[in-house]
Amino acid sequence: MTTTLPTAGPAAATQPLPADPAERSITYAEAVREALAEAMQADSRVFLLGEDIGVYGGAFGVTGDLVHRFGEDRVRDTPISELGIVGAAVGAALAGMRPIVEIQFSDFTAQAMDQIANQAAKIHFMLGGAASVPLVLRAPSGSGTGAAAQHSQSLETWFAHIPGLKVVMPATAADAKGLLLAAVDDPNPVIVLEHKLLYKQSGPVPAGAGRVPLGQAAVRRQGQDLAIVATGVMVSRAMEAAQQLAEDGITSTVIDPRTLVPLDEATIISAVAATGRALLVQEAPQNCGYMAEIAARIADSEAFGCLRAPVRRLSGLDVPVPYAPQLERAAVPQVPDIVAEATRLVRSW
Amino acid sequence: MDLIKDAEAARSALTTMWTIRRFEEAVDDLFARGMMHGTMHLSIGQEAVPVGACAALSEGDYITSTHRGHGHCIARGARLDRMMAELLAKETGYCRGRGGSMHIADVATGNLGANGIVAGGVPIAAGAALAGKLRGEQRVALSFFGDGAVNEGAWHEGVNLAAVWDLPVVFICENNNYGMSMSVQRAFRVEHLAERAAGYGIPGVTVDGNDVPAVQETVHAAVERARAGGGPTFVEAVTYRWKGHSKSDKNLYRTREEIERWREQDPIARYTATLLEAGTLSATETEQCQADAREAVREAVRTANAAPDAAAAELTSAVYAD
Repeated sequence: MTTTLPTAGPAAATQPLPADPAERSITYAEAVREALAEAMQADSRVFLLGEDIGVYGGAFGVTGDLVHRFGEDRVRDTPISELGIVGAAVGAALAGMRPIVEIQFSDFTAQAMDQIANQAAKIHFMLGGAASVPLVLRAPSGSGTGAAAQHSQSLETWFAHIPGLKVVMPATAADAKGLLLAAVDDPNPVIVLEHKLLYKQSGPVPAGAGRVPLGQAAVRRQGQDLAIVATGVMVSRAMEAAQQLAEDGITSTVIDPRTLVPLDEATIISAVAATGRALLVQEAPQNCGYMAEIAARIADSEAFGCLRAPVRRLSGLDVPVPYAPQLERAAVPQVPDIVAEATRLVRSW
Repeated sequence: MDLIKDAEAARSALTTMWTIRRFEEAVDDLFARGMMHGTMHLSIGQEAVPVGACAALSEGDYITSTHRGHGHCIARGARLDRMMAELLAKETGYCRGRGGSMHIADVATGNLGANGIVAGGVPIAAGAALAGKLRGEQRVALSFFGDGAVNEGAWHEGVNLAAVWDLPVVFICENNNYGMSMSVQRAFRVEHLAERAAGYGIPGVTVDGNDVPAVQETVHAAVERARAGGGPTFVEAVTYRWKGHSKSDKNLYRTREEIERWREQDPIARYTATLLEAGTLSATETEQCQADAREAVREAVRTANAAPDAAAAELTSAVYAD
């Protein structure tokens, strides 16, 4: 029973294509929307549910006009009810569907944590493999919008710590699309943490660009002096820092793990082994953050013997994200912080 | 289906009630003898609810269950030997030893699983019903939960979603009067938990949960309403658990007299008397139901005991589906 809404036409969602589709550039939000549309087009089991994802178009405008294209049944507006939404997605997944949940801010996953951590993550294992929960949970993550402590967190470590979940952090428009398509294909619950500062950033997404496999890091830049591992919005900051460092004679390899679980450990280890220095950059607070895990894996690996300097972490402060713009900026790593830390690491060791 | 007049249905229902009782008595005994580990939540005394409710379902319907879920599993048609093997930590158990008593599921019979989290299965049932509705099927999801679940956030969110989306769900509360030691009198300001349904704009009905034909009839009406597109119903079945909450329970929160009063309302004895009075089954036939159940449980214990222990070799590869 599909309700027909006044249609804005499929063309409304997509930008006009440039002459050469291979050079097409779209925003990160458009890339997510394109993946959602392609997934729904390709598989009738795929449907969306979340708060204000229908006519409102999503709090960050990600779902846009999808309700007009796919109807209210498959682009399902929900009451404000995160625990119920994720629970319903778990049930639908168990019953053979491929739900994609949007949690309006990743902070609100706290409301849904029983269904994420105790149900979705564990059902396949607890049931001895008799069932699986192929659900995707997308959530805007991170700081930088002046939304303060309850709308700005970077909670990837919560999810990465729970066996049974996969955790994805796309840093480019192309990955926002490709990783989401791969997440929808995956038979496991996948948490996709999209960064809200990236939604309006454009990047090349060739028409027809396909899946980006989960568990494959991207080497964004190659250098000799240090390896910078960065996640989420820190990837673009690391790239900007690397450019400035290069002008100062320091060359960096920049690695974007793209998925935290599963982690492409080999790419990180080999880059650290090749350069002898590692700078690990995350927006989340430092204490027990994901970069502590990467540091431990480097220490546990053959790269240990190649280290010429201590493994350094550059993280958000161990504070709730503050409101005032100058305080908010001070709470998370900025480009000059990365440049300064990298320079210190290379010049002191 | 008429559980009072239809001899075949009656035989099946009575045998299933006895099977649940004998299965849990066997579990209790194995535990007492140190042959079973972990903990157990027994539903002895509550058998009319799962048997009556599941008798109202059709093939293809879903159920979600609870930590006190052996009865739901058995009533929905799970294999006793695989259930017992799970409790005995065997490789042939439903969960290959990874779940135990609180996580048995049997997807083949639409049983989406017991649940160790109170009210965890409530929104899951709504989601399973949504899946069927999106596919244009006629499936109903029946969600079992206890009185304790009715104060959990997940319960309210799951019931509300089912209500606003007119999902084909039957929410069935096994009100056994206690959430562990917390009595319903201390935990609620409503006389009947079914009154909560009004808050969601759905029908709520309270039924004698020790009267198996009454449970079947009430749930059947709710199932038919759901299947016809009428949306969810909340059925409260009032019953009583004879045994403690789990293995740590010393019964400090209730009296011997109270337990005795409820034992006099034994749902199996009541149903047997009803069937004999109606002439549906003879005494020999009702005794045969009891004997068949005892033999089925004995056979399950024998089969499970002979099975290999659950193996740790594949543990880490079992976390993710391929």
